[in-house]
Amino acid sequence: MNGLAKRASSAVLPLALAFAVVVGLLLLAGANPFKALGDIWSGSMGNTSQVGDTLMAWVPITLATAGFVVTYAAGLWNIGIEGQIAMGGIVATWVGRTMPGPRPVLITLMFLGGAVGGVVWALLAGLLKTKGGVNEIFGGLGLDFVASGLAVYLIIGPWKRAGIASTSGTKLLPASATLPVLGHTRFSLIAAAVAVAGVTSVWLLLRGTRFGLRLKAVGRNPRSAFLMGISPDRYMLGAFSVCGVLAGVAGAVQVSGVWHKLVPSISGGYGFLAILVALLAAFKAARIAPIALFFAIASVGSTQLTLKLNLNSALGGVLQAVVVLFVILGGGWQARRASRHHSVPPPTAASPPGPQPVEVVPPEPVAVER
Amino acid sequence: MALVLRDIHKTFGETHANDGVNLTLEGGTIHGLLGENGAGKSTLMKILSGYQGADSGEMSLDGSRLRLSSPRDAIAAGIGMLHQDPLVFLPFTVLDNFLLGSPGRHDRATGLAGLAEARERFGFHLDPDAPARALTVGERQQLEIARLLHLQAKVLILDEPTTGISADQRTTLFAALRALAAGGMTVIFVSHKLEEVADICSEVAVMRRGRVVGATSMPCPADELVEMMFGKVFAAPEPVSVELGATELCLDGMTVSDRGIATRDLSLAVRAGEVIGLAGLEGSGQRTFLRACAGLLRPDCGRLEVGGQDLAGHPYRDFRAAGVYFMPAGRLEEGLLSGFSITEHVQLALGGGGFVVDWASARAEAERRIRDFSIKGDPSTTADALSGGNQQRLLLALMPDNVRLLLMEHPTRGLDIESADWVWTQLMARRKQGTAIVFSSADLDELLRYSDRIIVFFAGQVLEVLDTRATSGEALGRLIGGMREVAA
Repeated sequence: MNGLAKRASSAVLPLALAFAVVVGLLLLAGANPFKALGDIWSGSMGNTSQVGDTLMAWVPITLATAGFVVTYAAGLWNIGIEGQIAMGGIVATWVGRTMPGPRPVLITLMFLGGAVGGVVWALLAGLLKTKGGVNEIFGGLGLDFVASGLAVYLIIGPWKRAGIASTSGTKLLPASATLPVLGHTRFSLIAAAVAVAGVTSVWLLLRGTRFGLRLKAVGRNPRSAFLMGISPDRYMLGAFSVCGVLAGVAGAVQVSGVWHKLVPSISGGYGFLAILVALLAAFKAARIAPIALFFAIASVGSTQLTLKLNLNSALGGVLQAVVVLFVILGGGWQARRASRHHSVPPPTAASPPGPQPVEVVPPEPVAVER
Repeated sequence: MALVLRDIHKTFGETHANDGVNLTLEGGTIHGLLGENGAGKSTLMKILSGYQGADSGEMSLDGSRLRLSSPRDAIAAGIGMLHQDPLVFLPFTVLDNFLLGSPGRHDRATGLAGLAEARERFGFHLDPDAPARALTVGERQQLEIARLLHLQAKVLILDEPTTGISADQRTTLFAALRALAAGGMTVIFVSHKLEEVADICSEVAVMRRGRVVGATSMPCPADELVEMMFGKVFAAPEPVSVELGATELCLDGMTVSDRGIATRDLSLAVRAGEVIGLAGLEGSGQRTFLRACAGLLRPDCGRLEVGGQDLAGHPYRDFRAAGVYFMPAGRLEEGLLSGFSITEHVQLALGGGGFVVDWASARAEAERRIRDFSIKGDPSTTADALSGGNQQRLLLALMPDNVRLLLMEHPTRGLDIESADWVWTQLMARRKQGTAIVFSSADLDELLRYSDRIIVFFAGQVLEVLDTRATSGEALGRLIGGMREVAA
């Protein structure tokens, strides 16, 4: 088998298996699987309004994934990205509620505010790691809860609607704080342009800049990078900051383009979804956009399952997760097969974290002797 | 009763860690297994204890063939291994640790009886209800030995067992080992400490470069053991005509600690163009010394001057700025980035300003260095795809021009002769330009051939500073084994 055919089969087989599992699950749930999948498609891409909704889900997923890929390149599992989106949304809401100004100014300020919120939250996770020795997975997870707790507190506390405190969200922002839309859809060209710009910048950053190269060096092996004169801490914090900007802007899009207010689940779970997208994209920036679109379709379309087939819309999430699991498993199988043909170093040998989708192991903390 | 190993082979990538090992070990004896770090002892013992499989070869115990796919199989066959860091579960009690892994029911009475037996036979005083965390390394070792005996071990492997234990515990340990051997057990004592081997072992096998190069009954003159460990030394110093320059590295009463061992009172002046070799068994203080000079370990006290500037306590980047360049032994672990291409390495080494990378010129520079340093690879070859020799060439190719002080750990370890010669040609050229070189090595030939002076480390301290011209290989070998009085 030549290389290309091998690669094609390694991509197709896991997808086919995932498809089979999803069909099986739908059959178990008593639904016609092809009708269900058809409904997901028509529910997300059936008419222009639905396409608009799907694209507005694609924007934050793409931005968050682009951010996640940057932190991963620096050897970090930035689980705190969910909270970084939420903080972006919170600060953007604050700007939208308090700042005056014509629409272009206010929208710009909201995006900037979102970026600041995301960066602050990302840097907290980064400082916990570099200065406090707290693994970024645990620090990030904790900060996720704090951010979503803060959103709920604001919604039922200081920012509650006059007379009622409801978790359905704050009162709607003024029209000058909402993104202009195309026709009768919710689609905003500005949001789409921001997502394209974000993912392109990440691609360029990791491909052609000194900063990106050094960041990747730290991700590959912080000890070697340190001995080459690169400060791992500095570049890790840099990666957190870049990710924070992108995640925070994703939160601002959620506020100004989708909800027009702050809701408790302002991040929409897109932070965690971004991790799945990144895994499926093998952490390559160029692959993010199409895979994020697939996830947006599955997310938006699966709400139709409830309406039309009386199925739980969580099946959409199951579909996404099953695909990711099988693709990772496919990668793992391949790696094992390859290693059986070669003599592998003993398990004690240091194996640096690399951007293979199969290595779902948290990177080692940087041990620098001082 | 005999343990027989026949034609054991094990390779890791390009390294032939065990290259046809043959060994017969009779019961009722304490066998020493000697060899320098990297000689293949640990690999062999891991194979024998079921931790890893051999590529080929046969093992048998009492005539029955051993098929070991895990440590569980090994202990079932009667082979128990005491690892250098005893495998004890720290949060558990002594009793729980003792019973862990034993087949059948884990009842308190059996455990207490087993621990009581260990106390009576060997004087291991272990409180059954104490948490293992509270035990010293020596006590953990006693616990592990008691456990292995409880599991009916007939062969006991001890890997560097005297590291980190007290003198009293060592006496207790040695008495226990003698008693066990007298009771018919096969004891394998893995070490690179000549004195201890001479003290306790009645048979000794020596490994070098993956093979058993000699076996002898004890007592045996230390010279012979040293020669077996290091090979026959032929080297004569290279004739050098280098005018030594100003002092580049000056240590004055420096003490530095690493992993709990303090290397004390280091004083030394190294001049431009001078080459200093650091000799000693692995872990005797050379690593600590080099890493302190590189700015990676902060000295506890004393002065550390590079080019006249006191850098003690300064961060690593100040050392780099002062012209110190450190090349670690772990080429892929600490020196290079696996998965990164030669071009990417060159680009990182170039440093410089600007935000955007000019990949075309980086690639051209990589091509130039590949040619100049005869690296077998092209600009897109990743570091992990290079052979050891080519990785070392790449590390040299990444070295900046203005190095005052070059610090190297094992500059030619694992290289073939041609690559090693090439590396030294490069280093000698640097020396002519006035770079001071300090390197550690386990190769006596290399130390004698290229150093102006040799610092011998033993047990964390400087044992002797030798003028290479007035030193023989035999004398150096004895000093490395810690035998100062014989050399004097």
